Order: sequence, then C-alpha cells, then structure tokens
Amino acid sequence: MTEWLGPQEWAAVGLSLKVAFWAMLGAVLPGVFVAYALARWDFFGKQFVNVLVHLPLVLPPVATGYLLLVTFGTQGFIGSALKEIGVVFAFRWTGAALAAAVMAFPLLVRSIRLSIEATDPKLEQAAATLGASRLWVFATVTLPLMLPGLLAGMVLAFAKAMGEFGATITFVSNIPGQTRTLPSAIYAFLQVPGGETAAMRLVVVSIIVAAGALILSEVLARRIAKKVGQV
Amino acid sequence: MSVEVQIRQNFQGFDLDVGFEAPSGLTVLFGSSGSGKTSVINAVAGLSKPAQSRIVVNDAVLSDSAAGVWVPTHQRSLGYVFQEGRLFPHMNVRKNLLYGNGLAKTRPEIASFVQVVDILGIGTLLHRRPSELSGGEKQRVAIGRALLARSKLILADEPLAALDEPRKAEILPYFERLRDEFSLPILYVTHSIAEVARLATTVVALKDGKVDRVGPAAEVLSDPSFTPMGPRAVGAVLDATVMRHHEDGLTELSANGVALMLPQLSHSVGDQVRVRVAAHDVILSREAPKGLSALNIVEGRVHSVRSGDGPGAIVSVDTKAGRILARITRRSAAALELSEGVTCYAVIKSVSVAPQDIGAR
Repeated sequence: MTEWLGPQEWAAVGLSLKVAFWAMLGAVLPGVFVAYALARWDFFGKQFVNVLVHLPLVLPPVATGYLLLVTFGTQGFIGSALKEIGVVFAFRWTGAALAAAVMAFPLLVRSIRLSIEATDPKLEQAAATLGASRLWVFATVTLPLMLPGLLAGMVLAFAKAMGEFGATITFVSNIPGQTRTLPSAIYAFLQVPGGETAAMRLVVVSIIVAAGALILSEVLARRIAKKVGQV
Repeated sequence: MSVEVQIRQNFQGFDLDVGFEAPSGLTVLFGSSGSGKTSVINAVAGLSKPAQSRIVVNDAVLSDSAAGVWVPTHQRSLGYVFQEGRLFPHMNVRKNLLYGNGLAKTRPEIASFVQVVDILGIGTLLHRRPSELSGGEKQRVAIGRALLARSKLILADEPLAALDEPRKAEILPYFERLRDEFSLPILYVTHSIAEVARLATTVVALKDGKVDRVGPAAEVLSDPSFTPMGPRAVGAVLDATVMRHHEDGLTELSANGVALMLPQLSHSVGDQVRVRVAAHDVILSREAPKGLSALNIVEGRVHSVRSGDGPGAIVSVDTKAGRILARITRRSAAALELSEGVTCYAVIKSVSVAPQDIGAR
C-alpha cells in the first residue's frame, strides 16, 4: 500500500481525514443547538440567523475563505485576539478544519433541523407532564428520535469537509503536510507535468472514503431506526 | 381534597372565563368542541399559560397570577392521559410506564409497578413497542404511565375519543377503578354524555368559554333544563345495586328499594352500578299501567314540566329510585294534565338501557 501512494499523498489523505473528523465533531454541538433553536423557538432575528447559517452554502467558497482570513487570520479581529491565548488558525491544519466546519455547517443544520421538526412536540409535552425538565426531555425524547437525522447530517458534514477546497485554499493556502488536504493535493498534482497518475490515485481514495462514509451512515441509520422503532 | 380553578383569557377573540371548585373524585369537564375545555385542562397542566389564573390542587398552588406564581409543567406532579396516548415510540412498554416514576423519587408511589401492571392487565405487553399495540392497549399503558408518575393529579383529555365502541367499553372500567381505588383528584375532559353519566363525581359543563353548570353528576344530569346536546340526549342517572341474575337473562337491580329489570349484566351481585335512563325511553302514565310489556314501572311525583320551542316537553319525576326524566310531547303533557306535584308512573322499557351506559359506581 505504501508503494501505491507516496508519502506526500499519504500525508494528504491523513490530513484530510483528520481535518474532516475535527470539522464534523466541532460543528455538531453548535449545529444541534442552532437547528433546535430554528426548529422550536421563536426569537427576534431568527431569519437573520437562518440566512447567516446558510450563507456558506450559497456564497462562492473563495468569498467564505476570504472572510475567514479577514476575521480569523493573524491580523483579523478574532484571529488576533485568539493569538493572544495561543490559538492560531491561519496556515495551520486547524484553520483547514475551521474552514471545512463552516462550509459543512449549513448541511449539518438543515439535516438536524428536519429531523427535529419530524419529532412530535406532543411527545415532548407528554414527557414534561411526567416530570421531565427541558434538558431531560431533550436527552431522553428529542435526541433519540432525531438520531437518524443527526447521523445523516454528520456523515454529510464529514463528506463535505473531506471535499472542501475553495475556502480552505483561500484561508490557509496549500502547504504540504500542514494544509494540503486531498482536494488541494489533487489540484497541486494537476498543476505539475506528469502529476495526472498521482492525482488519479487520490481521486480513487476520495471515492473510497466517500462511498465508505455513505455505506456506514446507511447501516447505522438503519440500525438506529430499528432501535427507535420507526422502521 | 379538592381542585380549584380560575382561568381568564382572551385569545384571538375567544373569551375564556372559567371558575369552579370540585371536591375529590373524578371531575368531568364537559362541553362541545370550542367550549374551552381543552384550554382549561392545558392550563391546569401548565402547557399553556392563560393571562389570569389561579389553580390549586389539594392545597398545592400550581398557578396564581395575582401572586406571580406559575409552576412549570414538569414540577406539577401530574399524570396526563392524552387522547392519542402519546407513548414514546423509541421505548418499550416497560420503559414508557417507568418514565415518570424515576423522575419523582421523592414523592410516594400511588401504586407499585406490579399493582399497576396487574390492574391494567398489561403484563404480557411489557417488552413490546408502542407501534405493536392496539389503540386500547396504548391507552391502558398511557393510564399506567400517568399513575406511575407518582402524580398528585390525573388529567385526561378525551382519552376515549380515538377509540371505537368496543375499545371504549374496554377502557372505561379502568377510569372507574382509578376514581374508586385511589384517592386522587382526576380531571377528565369529554364531550360524551355517556362518559359523564358513567364516570363523573362532579360535572363542570362548559359553554362558549364559560361555566354553564357545576354540581354532582346526578344533579346536573337530572336537571331538565340542562340539554347541552339537544333534547334527545337528555337522561337521568340512577344509582343501583345488583340484586340477582334471573334465569331468563335479566338482571334485577335495586335503586333505593325500587326493583329495576335490565338485560343480563356482567356485574356480580352486590355491585354498585350507575344506570342512565334516556328521557326518550320513558313513558308517563297517570294511572298504574296494567297489561304492559314494559317491566319497569316506577311511581313518582312530577317535579317540573319544561317545554321547549318545539313540540316536546321534558318532565322530571321524583321517584323513590331517584329523579327520572321523560321526554314526551307537549300535547301529551297537556292531555295528562301533568303539573308540579301530580302523581304519575314512569314506564321504562328494560331493553332501552344500553350496556355502555351502565357503569360501576
């Protein structure tokens, strides 16, 4: 296997998996929170939040990447503050994860929101009448019932994060071993003469990872749906 | 033990102004749809917050808008049986039953898990999912779940409305047992006069967001001017004891010493039952009738004659068995010279008392 992919290529694959995993994990909690708020609460500025969340989906990725650079770069107003406490996003793999998380966020929120809206609020009411606090209702009723949607959203977010290119390259550039993710590596290989075979190998890896993720989510979703009793 | 409710609210042009006090037992909130009964029960549950309210259950103040008190739903110590059951689909019956039980460990249990399972006959269902239960089974589990939540008040919002007649007949006895075996106040919403007759200790009749009548069931139902579902649905309720089962398929009841014959009942001898006698099934006679096929003839005195706009009149007759209502024509009332204090005989066709209108008391 090691002969099939060169060390640079392996580095790109490993980095992409790492970036996508942390992007997905980091986006999940805020994703659930925002999705729940959009699905169940009425609050001032709800439309604004909704638009803001979906913006990365419709904006050119390069624009999103540039905005990230402006805000989270070392000169950016959040980036410079974070630098003080030792957190740096610019030109690091963490920055690639942030860009991937932001790009995957709308897909995650949409999927979770749909699954929350599909769970009957009357069941949550019933749980409350039986003595469950809001948090307990969420943990024991809402969360188990929305689990298939949450899982689907997470897989979607992971896949999106694996494939993120535009925002990533704009925000954190294309540094081998640091920010050169799978798509960036494919792009880089295509820029040099004779790089087509290496690029093709990485495309095959992309296909395997993406298909694997889809199959995994399908299997898990089916297992959960069976457990939840909504087959 | 009592329930005190005061609710005032104006919601989208609908004025709700309801106030009543009910003693212990089962209080039925009765009215047609749009009368405000669900708004009342949801305010008691804390699921909706009226502009003004004062709700007290057995000295526990659940809401007092004047004092700024509003206890959130999950702290009200309720057991709520919804029309659609609302069982948790991702939990089996056992977990559904115990959901509220584990959340209120500090309150005493009303009944043990084993007792509840036994009373409701759901022992064989414990490992099933709600999706594998019939409508009647779901409601039995819902009742059990409400009981096991160590509740201080049971609420039920049309718990039988989604069931067919045989299933209704299956579930009704459980509410009777709930009323009779546990000293819990129960608030029960329905638009069915048969359920009122069978279950209610106290009736709170609502109409257009206001209280129309409040009182003991027998009193409210035998009031000839109380015709919420039209004159055809009028009927009095008699309390009786099962005396014996005759070989020819009839059951003999005694209502305060007056013998009543009914088609065979499943109740045992000595059981207390409630019998609803629909007003349109009662014939009145000024003289003791002879040679009549009807088996139940009860002597009494006319209490009042109430004529409506149509050709009908409702005559209430005080008998030793209790007050009986008869729906006759105004013409007959005039011909028989029925007026207050006149002696007359109420003829009840024994077959006319429908089984679903007979309940354990």
